[in-house]
Amino acid sequence: MLEGLLTTLKSMVKKPVTIEYPEQKRPVRPRFKGRHSLKRYENGLEKCIGCSLCAAACPVEAIFVESAENTDDERYSPGERYARTYEINMLRCIFCGFCEDACPTEAIVLGDNYELSFTDRAAAIYTKDMLLDPVPPGGQPTPQKTPVGMYTRSIPEMKDPL
Amino acid sequence: MTDKLVHLTIDNIPVSVPPDTLVVDAAKQAGINIPVFCYHPKLHPVGMCRMCLVEIGRPLLDRASGEFVRDADGAPKLQFSPKLETACTTPVTEGMVVITNSQKVADARREVLEFILTSHPLDCPICDKGGECPLQNLTMEHGPGQSRFLFDEKMHLDKHVPLGELIYLDRERCIQCGRCVRFQNEVADDPVIAFSQRGRALEIITQSTPGFDSIFSGNTTDICPVGALTTADFRFAARPWELKAAASICQHCAVGCNIVFNVRREALQGGRMVIKRVMPRQNEQVNEIWICDKGRFAYHYVESPQRLTQPMIRKDGALIEAEWDEALDLVAKKLTAYGASLVTLAGGRLSNEDLFNLYSLTHTQGGQAVLYSYMAGGDLTAQVGIPPQTDLGKLGAGCVILVIACDLHEEAPLWWLRIKAAAQRGASLIVLNPRTTRLDRYARHVIRYEYGAELAALSAFQPQSRGDLPEPVRSAVKTFQEAENVIILYGSEGLGLQESKALAHACAGLLIKTYHIGRSNNGLVAAWHNANLQGAWDMGFSPINNLAETLSKAGVTYVVATDPAGDDPQLAEALQHSGFLVVQDILMTETVKMADVFLPAQAYMERGGSYTSGERRLQRFYPAVPPPGNTLPDFAITARISQRLGRTAEEQSPARILLQIAATNPAYAEMDYQLLAQVHEQQPLMGRHDLYYGGTTYENRQGLGAHLSTAASRVEPLNIPDAPPPPVFPVQEGLLTVVPTTRLYDRGSLLIHSNLLHQRLAHPTLTMHPKTAEAYQLSRGQTAVMLLEKTPYRVEIDLDEDLPHGIALLPRSVGIPLNAPQAVKLRPES
Repeated sequence: MLEGLLTTLKSMVKKPVTIEYPEQKRPVRPRFKGRHSLKRYENGLEKCIGCSLCAAACPVEAIFVESAENTDDERYSPGERYARTYEINMLRCIFCGFCEDACPTEAIVLGDNYELSFTDRAAAIYTKDMLLDPVPPGGQPTPQKTPVGMYTRSIPEMKDPL
Repeated sequence: MTDKLVHLTIDNIPVSVPPDTLVVDAAKQAGINIPVFCYHPKLHPVGMCRMCLVEIGRPLLDRASGEFVRDADGAPKLQFSPKLETACTTPVTEGMVVITNSQKVADARREVLEFILTSHPLDCPICDKGGECPLQNLTMEHGPGQSRFLFDEKMHLDKHVPLGELIYLDRERCIQCGRCVRFQNEVADDPVIAFSQRGRALEIITQSTPGFDSIFSGNTTDICPVGALTTADFRFAARPWELKAAASICQHCAVGCNIVFNVRREALQGGRMVIKRVMPRQNEQVNEIWICDKGRFAYHYVESPQRLTQPMIRKDGALIEAEWDEALDLVAKKLTAYGASLVTLAGGRLSNEDLFNLYSLTHTQGGQAVLYSYMAGGDLTAQVGIPPQTDLGKLGAGCVILVIACDLHEEAPLWWLRIKAAAQRGASLIVLNPRTTRLDRYARHVIRYEYGAELAALSAFQPQSRGDLPEPVRSAVKTFQEAENVIILYGSEGLGLQESKALAHACAGLLIKTYHIGRSNNGLVAAWHNANLQGAWDMGFSPINNLAETLSKAGVTYVVATDPAGDDPQLAEALQHSGFLVVQDILMTETVKMADVFLPAQAYMERGGSYTSGERRLQRFYPAVPPPGNTLPDFAITARISQRLGRTAEEQSPARILLQIAATNPAYAEMDYQLLAQVHEQQPLMGRHDLYYGGTTYENRQGLGAHLSTAASRVEPLNIPDAPPPPVFPVQEGLLTVVPTTRLYDRGSLLIHSNLLHQRLAHPTLTMHPKTAEAYQLSRGQTAVMLLEKTPYRVEIDLDEDLPHGIALLPRSVGIPLNAPQAVKLRPES
């Protein structure tokens, strides 16, 4: 009996494992896969080039991408192509991170945010506006007007893949 | 195949193929894939890309005896070439041994790919070809994982060069295989693109104004083995793997090309399925693997904002949206009230099922079923047309193809391709036309006649015709009389309805007299101006001479899928005089604006049905996209009206309507949707996983269709009507005779909605000989006023020295209602 009582007394003085969420938030692990975000370059242009490879890699078909062509007057991304529509159905998503792996420009990254809640199915579809990161300081929001001849490559310049 | 077969061994698999087969094709037949870039089964081999290198050994021949040298086992001694050989340029020989799976071959492939990729940009993620790209696929299969070339030394070239407004070139992606250039030279005979410069600076340039001026240009994007050539229409529209494919039939001319509509959901359209592109579907007996640019780019009308999706009833002078029941009840009430004074005017883009229901309704009412067309002779092609087992793609020596009054390149582009190819295979092509056409180059005999003299020109071919015929008529007649098989194809060059009727009758008469009927590869073909005019004739419709008068006297006029009021002010006036006007269409037109009741129909890609092509091949199309709003298929609308009149009519299933057609029309006997959906293996094999071989053409899995029999092939008594009165060619002192011609890119009500093609659409241009223009004090580029039926029309003047004197040409469907030769007053615009 004493042994049992001892266990109880021990746990009374122990620091409790529960935390006061949402006031208090537990830090996530470095490789945690939470809600996706679409990244921008420092100048504010979107990294996403609308190639749909994330949608192709997605095992649950949670991603829907539609692309369109950039012009110098209305530029979203450095290449020729950008995502006109980008939607992720968070109810379908299993947070496997395949989209992140498939992305050729490291545009989609699964972040730390695990606070996903919605009251109806339509609200579970995150659109491009919701997924895009805010414009970094010093950058311009998209679409941007860019000088002619500055972005002539079909995809952003990348380092030697080797 | 009576030829002796050649036996060879490929990767230890014995293969027997006809002589002159190339090793790459022989391997394909044995199920062995030899990768290629520059080789295409429809083009001459050039051996440029070196991807198809294989080891080839040939048995040693003893020079003295001509026998194989054999080793101790009795097997022929093989002599392997010290280097690899190209499988795409090497024809098979007896006893040949081909090895495609050795390390040596694998090394060669890997190295060739490494070279090809030295300057390839690897922008696959955004390339429209990515996902169906032969270079991508073959690199994954045979390529090196790494390159020994420096990444930073890749050539940077122009990424976005518009060759024309339809086709874009990406110079970096081009691997210089020359398929596009060779296609334009060999197949399309439009050498408008070419290689320029050499080595790494080599690029494809266009030599025409406007750029890439060819009606077959879209096909180069299909056979391009990389994403160098892409269409403006599909630019960044979707990734190929996201697309669903719906089989269909092209509806823009009488050829009936097999196509595929690639569809996908689109957020801009509220998540609806939309057509993203049109691709060819292989049917070696119709369009092989090609389609023309009209078929490829003219589908946009289906998503036009002018689509009408709700029935409408005229109340107090305005068309007010109504419910189906209300509109149909009103139509039924009027039909009952007016009885037999119903005139049904049907257009040639309706399916057989629509036309059958429409004819049944009209017939049982005692009304008149009229076809809206300026061509005649569908009753004759149904009797003496080309019967089953006729294949334009196989015609050759011993066969005469006589093309009369037809600019085939504009009227039926794919037939032009196939008849040109037949002539190149040895078929004798006789072209009778009043002016130079693109077909003349391939004709053995070209006969010019004056506009209006087509019957006289044809009469020289009559068996009893004698007397001294001038050259080239004499030699043409000789060729004609010596021919084993004769196909006569007539068009509408410079003809009106009456002229067309007389010409069709004369052509049919000639074929009957020379016994060129009822056998395969013999008969009459009409180059109809709509997809299903032949089907409309078969269902009982025919055009009439006095259309305006008939319409003005009608109690109820039921206009389906045509716009007579928009085409011709005379018809608009006639419709105003007619009693109750019911219009059934998909888009807003001038006729719809005049309607008392409007019934919204579905476009053909929104429902199923069947078309009868000009060759009288019955082909089936499938629904591709969901119908918008409150629309119904044409056959269902007509069936609902019939039901309200107390008759039974099929409104659910087009398949069941075809069974009804089969029961009533002997040519359609035994036809049903299962038969039309049957396929068999076609050579060359295309559209499978080996996209590098044939391009991105779709394999035909949804039906090759079936050729209809003719009265002659069924050995039934023919019922040829009496010769119509010969038309009089209108020539009047002081007036200029203007004749209608057909242009591919006209201003038809469907074509006008495709913005991409706007630059190429025909204008109201009057083309004449410079001397003729001089007589009217006109010069090139000037605007003149043409008085037609008392209505003035502005036309631009163009000059052409090849044209005969004293006449002028005007394209049809450009806003001027010229459907027959007519003498008009012409004066320069003041």
